[in-house]
Amino acid sequence: MIKVKIDSEKCKGCNLCLMYCPKGLIKESKILNKRGICPVEFDSSKGACIGCRFCALMCPESAIEIIDE
Amino acid sequence: MKEIYKKSNILTDAITHYCPGCGHGIIHNLVCEVVEELGIMEKTIAIAPVGCAVLAYDYWKFDTTEAAHGRPLAVATGIKRARPELIVFTYQGDGDLAAIGTAETVHAANRGENVTVIFVNNGVYGMTGGQMAPTTLLSQKTATCINGRNAKRDGYPLKVSEMLAVLDGVCYIERTSVHNPGAVIKTKKAIKKAFQNQIEKKGFSMVEVISQCPTYWGLSPVEAVEKIEKDIIKKVPLGVIKDV
Ligand SMILES: Cc1ncc(C[n+]2csc(CCOP(=O)(O)OP(=O)(O)O)c2C)c(N)n1
Repeated sequence: MIKVKIDSEKCKGCNLCLMYCPKGLIKESKILNKRGICPVEFDSSKGACIGCRFCALMCPESAIEIIDE
Repeated sequence: MKEIYKKSNILTDAITHYCPGCGHGIIHNLVCEVVEELGIMEKTIAIAPVGCAVLAYDYWKFDTTEAAHGRPLAVATGIKRARPELIVFTYQGDGDLAAIGTAETVHAANRGENVTVIFVNNGVYGMTGGQMAPTTLLSQKTATCINGRNAKRDGYPLKVSEMLAVLDGVCYIERTSVHNPGAVIKTKKAIKKAFQNQIEKKGFSMVEVISQCPTYWGLSPVEAVEKIEKDIIKKVPLGVIKDV
């Protein structure tokens, strides 16, 4: 299974990953990080990640890692 | 477990000072990925600009020096001529490269200095508060043209890449952007080519990257990348401008 790991402390909540995820598997978190930002989180409940890397390519913080377990 | 994507090892783990959605972060990682893939980390020297990217040396692991505002290409000329075996690149904003540094830029290009230029064009002076830059588009609003840039009052946007492309010393210029994943991949290819040209001693190479500045465009990051798609690249088309 492919997993998107998002570093929630690095995330600044720009939502560019969320905008480009073709499967809609990234959503805004309700929990604030240490800097008071609502980061995004990976939500695999709506389907399977296809590993397209779009989220990681668009992340200005390089906060996204994708692994195939 | 297989790794599908991981940021470049040459990029440090520091949290950047950039605003949310800023294109600088994406471009920093691309430069690091290219340097890593070409195996030139130990002999690369970057020249950081004055502008939002002034602290770039905190974010990448190869050696970086700082130049006075607009003068990275003068410094790059010195380093490359003294140590031609090194790979030297400048990373500059549009205020740096195309306003205060126009003379240094034009003459380094005209001399055909064998260096690489990453020209980050966001159409405003980001660091100082979003004032109008030479590259600000007509009718674009900034802190110093609050009703939009007006050609009669402010002159026309400077077509830096087209202008440099006519110079004989220039071997490669491409305009790219980082507003969608496909554009990011193309930008990486262009940056790689610009470094490879230097390794092959072909001469002056520049990649102009159209980059979003959500903060001083007064837009959310998502709106800013949509603006690049729907508006900006219609006015400043992407593509190879010169390749000899
Ligand atoms: C000699 C000098 N003049 C003016 C300034 C003020 N200044 C700092 S950054 C900047 C413009 C930066 O804009 P740009 O190069 O487009 O980079 P960005 O911040 O948008 O990435 C200016 C005018 C300065 N630092 N030094």
